[in-house]
Amino acid sequence: MAEITLKALAHSYSSHPVQGSDYAIREMNHIWEQGGAYALLGPSGCGKSTMLNIISGLLQPSNGEILFNRERVNELKPEERNIAQVFQFPVVYDTMTVYDNLAFPLRNIKMPEHNIRSKVHEIADILDLTEQLKRKAKGLSADEKQKVSMGRGLVRDDVTAILFDEPLTVIDPQLKWKLRRKLKQIHEQFNITMVYVTHDQLEASTFADKIAVMFDGQIVQFGTPRELFENPAHTFVGYFIGSPGMNFLDVEFKNGGVNFAGKTLPLSSQLIAKIPADAERIQIGIRPEFVQIWSEPQDGHLDIEIDYCEDLGTYKILTFRFADQVLKARLSEDQPIPTGKAYVSFPQQWLKLYINDYLIEEPA
Amino acid sequence: MNKIENNKAWFLVLPVFLLVAFSAVIPLMTVVNYSVQDIFDPYTRYFVGTEWFRQVMHDPALRGALLRQFIFSFTILAIEIPLGILVALMMPTTGKAASAALILIAIPLLIPWNVVGTIWQIYGRADIGLFGAAMNALGWEYNYASNPTHAWMTVVLIDVWHWTPLVALLCYSGLRAIPEVYYQAARIDKASRWAIFRFIQLPKLSNVLIIGVLLRFMDSFMIYTEPFVLTGGGPGNTTTFLSQSLVKQAVGQFDLGPAAAFSLVYFLVILLVCWLFYTTIMNMQNDKKV
Amino acid sequence: MSLSLKNITRVVDGETWLEDISLELEPGSFNVLLGRTRAGKTSLMRIMAGLDVPSSGQVLMNRVDVTGVSVRERNISMVYQQFINYPNLSVFENIASPLRLARMPEAEIKRRVQETAEMLHIEEFLQRLPLQLSGGQQQRTAMARALVKDSGLILFDEPLVNLDYKLREELRSELRTLFKERNCIAVYATTEPNEALALGGNTAVLHEGQLLQMGPTESVYHKPMNLVTAEMFSEPPINVIKGRVTDTEVTFDDTIHFQLNNELKILTPGDYNFGVRPSHVGLVPHADDDLELPVKVELAEISGSETFLHVNNPHFDLVLHLSGVHEYHVDKEINVYFPTHKLYAFDNEGHLVHSPYRIGV
Repeated sequence: MAEITLKALAHSYSSHPVQGSDYAIREMNHIWEQGGAYALLGPSGCGKSTMLNIISGLLQPSNGEILFNRERVNELKPEERNIAQVFQFPVVYDTMTVYDNLAFPLRNIKMPEHNIRSKVHEIADILDLTEQLKRKAKGLSADEKQKVSMGRGLVRDDVTAILFDEPLTVIDPQLKWKLRRKLKQIHEQFNITMVYVTHDQLEASTFADKIAVMFDGQIVQFGTPRELFENPAHTFVGYFIGSPGMNFLDVEFKNGGVNFAGKTLPLSSQLIAKIPADAERIQIGIRPEFVQIWSEPQDGHLDIEIDYCEDLGTYKILTFRFADQVLKARLSEDQPIPTGKAYVSFPQQWLKLYINDYLIEEPA
Repeated sequence: MNKIENNKAWFLVLPVFLLVAFSAVIPLMTVVNYSVQDIFDPYTRYFVGTEWFRQVMHDPALRGALLRQFIFSFTILAIEIPLGILVALMMPTTGKAASAALILIAIPLLIPWNVVGTIWQIYGRADIGLFGAAMNALGWEYNYASNPTHAWMTVVLIDVWHWTPLVALLCYSGLRAIPEVYYQAARIDKASRWAIFRFIQLPKLSNVLIIGVLLRFMDSFMIYTEPFVLTGGGPGNTTTFLSQSLVKQAVGQFDLGPAAAFSLVYFLVILLVCWLFYTTIMNMQNDKKV
Repeated sequence: MSLSLKNITRVVDGETWLEDISLELEPGSFNVLLGRTRAGKTSLMRIMAGLDVPSSGQVLMNRVDVTGVSVRERNISMVYQQFINYPNLSVFENIASPLRLARMPEAEIKRRVQETAEMLHIEEFLQRLPLQLSGGQQQRTAMARALVKDSGLILFDEPLVNLDYKLREELRSELRTLFKERNCIAVYATTEPNEALALGGNTAVLHEGQLLQMGPTESVYHKPMNLVTAEMFSEPPINVIKGRVTDTEVTFDDTIHFQLNNELKILTPGDYNFGVRPSHVGLVPHADDDLELPVKVELAEISGSETFLHVNNPHFDLVLHLSGVHEYHVDKEINVYFPTHKLYAFDNEGHLVHSPYRIGV
């Protein structure tokens, strides 16, 4: 079990970094607590694989420190850190059987053979690999190979954390489900710290207790899937989480209220009071799930024009235009789409205010 | 990948076809022709059927040469393959050092074969050769011209010096093709250096090694220039390998018939070995497809 | 241009990669090929393109038999999974390459390239090399090259699979709008049912070299002709439960049963496989005749806005797709409600015999 601390950690791949954009990871402080299941979520190039390799020791950070249980480990090699890592590309030792693959890490530390046997059988059972134990690893399918890779991490008693680098990339969509469930079950059973890197927000949400969203080398928000969904701290989080992402409207601060195309949007006065006079960019965000569509006008309903509707089986996405901006609403499968005039309302509690991309919250 | 059926491409192959026909097929047929005839002079020849074949199979000189040839080929394989792998493992992988290493390693391959023989002939002489003189100074009575064991060792040494770079280069390219992830995973599994070699590098090198073994076996089985230049086949006939025996017979003694017959046998042995290797490679590739 | 495939079969080394596939594609249609890896999507596309010849069957373009015609003579474009661009040509030259081969005048080339680049939002990168661009931009360049030619048939072989989730969503909606105005046939291969649903148009479901069903995407989704199609077209996978129909009721493993309702009365008594979508099983009853099932929670997968609840009882496993966040511990016992009027019924060979009634369909 390990508590992993990042202290003033930064990393640049160039030898003489000058400006912020030279850094793959900008200076950050962060603690991954013991036993948690964490996801590191972000688009390609945001620095998440770099972060993972720094934690496992395959890469040494150019600045700052990384601590395991409060002790500095910058100089420790991966072999010395007791970390297991599962890669994007399933790595198995082709010439060995599945049994030998799973036994390999234990044999390297000279564990007695009978202990190895019980450990391997235990893990093979959890991963549903018991039938394949005698087979040569070369002939397995991609998902079975990934399970073997995971197994090699799990057999070890001394493992403090398991790191996953986009492990489901090469797996068929039908089988991704099964493997995700397996990962969750493993976490519940073993209580090891697990860090899972991905660019798929659904994967991150279903696996992790808490997600760290990375953007441009920084962790912009660290919270539970629910927090990230209901209260995105940064416009990027609003955009990246949820399918489709959050709707954003550029608004003006005029006459003591937030104005958009001649209409004043409802916001609490406490929130409005927090807008600084020199704010560069003011945006209002609301998630498509909370946008409400009506076919009858009522107080507070605003005119819209419907562009088109996509039927995605379990839900529908309505793309509409609200005073020159394109927005989306997510409707349930059975909800009828207005055929003539249509109206929208934005429930006040779901409207979020963003100044220069950061969330302004009401005082508690 | 199947391309659309179209016959125009055959015309492009025709020149090569004709070239191979003239330079290989027709001479080969000539050899077959000679192997079944007794030739006294260009105008007097008699058909003798398989008599030459029977004779060469029982000829002690040729049998001895064949045995020596096999021993030689297996010896150099046993040395060159492990040595080549070792050299490849030690070569730097990036930067200017890598390019420099590649050039250095490749130099022995670029030298004309008879020059190689000549270099070593002088190098190994007890009076003026650096190596020979040094060995004698150290107390070892090294003389490749008179001592059969020393002659053998020298011929093997020449071949190792000359051709290990080929194996090393093949293995080097094979090693470069291994994705970095494998090494990373092995480090995390706390694998020892030996385990990494045995379970990752060696299996991934297997394709390349098969080609290396095939090439080296074929070439060494046909070796002529280096031993001829070094020892002329001596002392006696201790380093007379197969090709040299055949040349002596065909050109020296003008026994075209038996020489032709044995050439065919020689050819068939090599063909058999190649076929064995080819089948092995095909089977290994099919395994991979599973 | 119209495309017609008649009884296409392709056998390679004794293995049947495609078996007796017939398809009719109308001009201006967007067609999705949905199937697992190795189902035959790429093989089929290669035959449409003319890169491979079928072992038997015909390919007709505009009613003309082009089965043996090489790809160079057909007017098609193709976009691949790996972002394939000429690495030493600028983005402008990459997009212009097919036009240059057709010896179009320079002014015309410039105009078309500019127009296509603007459609795909890469006009500011025209002078850069592909390797200097991000993955999404490289794939847009490849798509621009495919679109600039104005071919009658454009093939996409899982083009978005190497891109980020969000980038995929964006490019998908752009593809929809791009193809609305054009009159060419688009064929798009994918393994993900959600992508097929998002793209709309028509879907052909392929499985192990056979064509299972072809039709407008929505109807293939709502009315899968057989069990395999239903399973393929659903993420999370559709719940399948074996049951038996008698004269009066439907039973699942003898303990759980309900009265035959009006819709299911048409089924002749016998054994059936019943399918129910995960989003239709709920934690509260939606209708009076919902069946109450006591189950145990196996796992709750929670994303920010929805929950996938895996439950089981001694007879079967179910997955529920619930909106909102629902937290449950493993092994907790709860009741779920099974909609008896939203069942699909498949016979023992897997053919659809009954699908639920939908309003307005």
